[in-house]
Amino acid sequence: MSRQLAIIVTLVAGVLMVVSGFIKPTEGWGEDVAEWFNILAAIAFVLGAANIAKVHLSKISARDAGWGFSAITLLAFAVTFAVGIMKVGVNPMPAFPNVAMSGEKDAGGSAFWWVYTYVMSPITATMFSLLAFYVASAAFRAFRAKNTEATLLLVAAFVVLLGRTFAGVVLTGWIPADSDWAFLRFENLSTTIFEVFASAGNRAIIIGIALGVAATSLKIILGIDRSYMGSGD
Amino acid sequence: MTSATASIMVSILGMADEASAESFFVSGRGALFGWLAIISVFVLVSIVMARGGKVFKVRPIAGLSAVDEAVGRATEMGRPVLFIPGIQDMDNVQTIAGLTILSRVGKTTADYDAQIEVPVSRSLVMTAGREALGASFLAAGRPDSFNEDQVYYVTDEQFGYTAYVSGLMVRKKPAACFYMGQFFAESLILSETGNSIGAIQIAGTAETSQLPFFVAACDYTLIGEEFFAASAYLSGEPDQMGSLRGQDLSKALVGAVLVLGVVAMTAGALVGGLDGVTGFFQSLVGG
Repeated sequence: MSRQLAIIVTLVAGVLMVVSGFIKPTEGWGEDVAEWFNILAAIAFVLGAANIAKVHLSKISARDAGWGFSAITLLAFAVTFAVGIMKVGVNPMPAFPNVAMSGEKDAGGSAFWWVYTYVMSPITATMFSLLAFYVASAAFRAFRAKNTEATLLLVAAFVVLLGRTFAGVVLTGWIPADSDWAFLRFENLSTTIFEVFASAGNRAIIIGIALGVAATSLKIILGIDRSYMGSGD
Repeated sequence: MTSATASIMVSILGMADEASAESFFVSGRGALFGWLAIISVFVLVSIVMARGGKVFKVRPIAGLSAVDEAVGRATEMGRPVLFIPGIQDMDNVQTIAGLTILSRVGKTTADYDAQIEVPVSRSLVMTAGREALGASFLAAGRPDSFNEDQVYYVTDEQFGYTAYVSGLMVRKKPAACFYMGQFFAESLILSETGNSIGAIQIAGTAETSQLPFFVAACDYTLIGEEFFAASAYLSGEPDQMGSLRGQDLSKALVGAVLVLGVVAMTAGALVGGLDGVTGFFQSLVGG
């Protein structure tokens, strides 16, 4: 019964979203459905928080590999939650000077703001910066000229790399920009590779994706594919 | 919406005049509506044909053929299988496609009696993932082997999630890693970490900007439409195969329109006097 209800809700929400894209009086319905989803997601977040506590407490209890990280996670979660919910360090809003907790929890100078600015942001930036090293190692592996395709990839990558840097401009700068051979300048070759070859391939992939999204959405809306909710077989 | 489309709407819906149709329908979406209707008809007719016993052939997709190999390897090595259904929520079709593949991979995992771990970055994905995986274990005849803690929530924060999964990979060294869903900058961090621990890696996404990273770091990558075809390929159910056939027919039509459009526009530019034809093709793409 609950599964049939889920299928009906999916059908109604899906049809509303499609209809709102084409019929003027229903244009706002799509946004309403998105709002319903946000409300559901907010409720589900409680489940997520409870699951975090359960998973990490059991890891600490069992002394699993990396249990220390679990302890830090729980401590960080508790502290951030506490300073956010109690609005530690938040100044009252000018409109309500006598109401202690009237300010925004993430207002500048509050404890929650401090945690986000001086703990969360640097950690996130650190993870993101690791990407530079991973790009280098992946490129090293991908650009080894093992066969014809890999060699073409290597040459194209080399041209694009040179075309996007000062070195490439200097190397082919002797070719006059207004001559018939100007297309051989690295910056022009790089642009051609991007705008012609890469664009053509990318558009072919995007067309396939669009059709795949349409067909998958249709299957989900009509309840033909239910495996994502555990009833496919 | 073009006047031609408005006229069709007027006749279909019995509206008083074109002006009322213009005010009723969102302008500029006539071509999109037409394409949507055509694709839907192709998919639905193909599904009906498949239900009627028509057998459709699907070309082998290397990445999906390797699912058994990857799970089998994990079983032999006594290591877990890691499945990441992207980092987006249940309102994203790629997440749903990822969970559909999870249900197939989960069944294979249950068949092999291997361990599977599914850390997710959204609470709703956790609940849906548990349903999908639980049903897979049930279908495999091993409901007792299913533990709902195999699917668990980590964090909504993109790089917090990436850090957790990377650490998990280094500590537990899964033998097979599946990345199926929508990914952003974390795609390369995850797949390179998986590569460094020697795992078999299979990725699938419709996020074109991340495809090169997966291709570079993973053993197999489902590119765009292959990702959405995975469910049909793995299940082999008539309905699913029918939808795949409908998708291919739509692609053939789009390809034909593209070629004819290019020829018409080129001919129009060279010889002129083809405004009617070129205008028709422009209206097909909403121009």
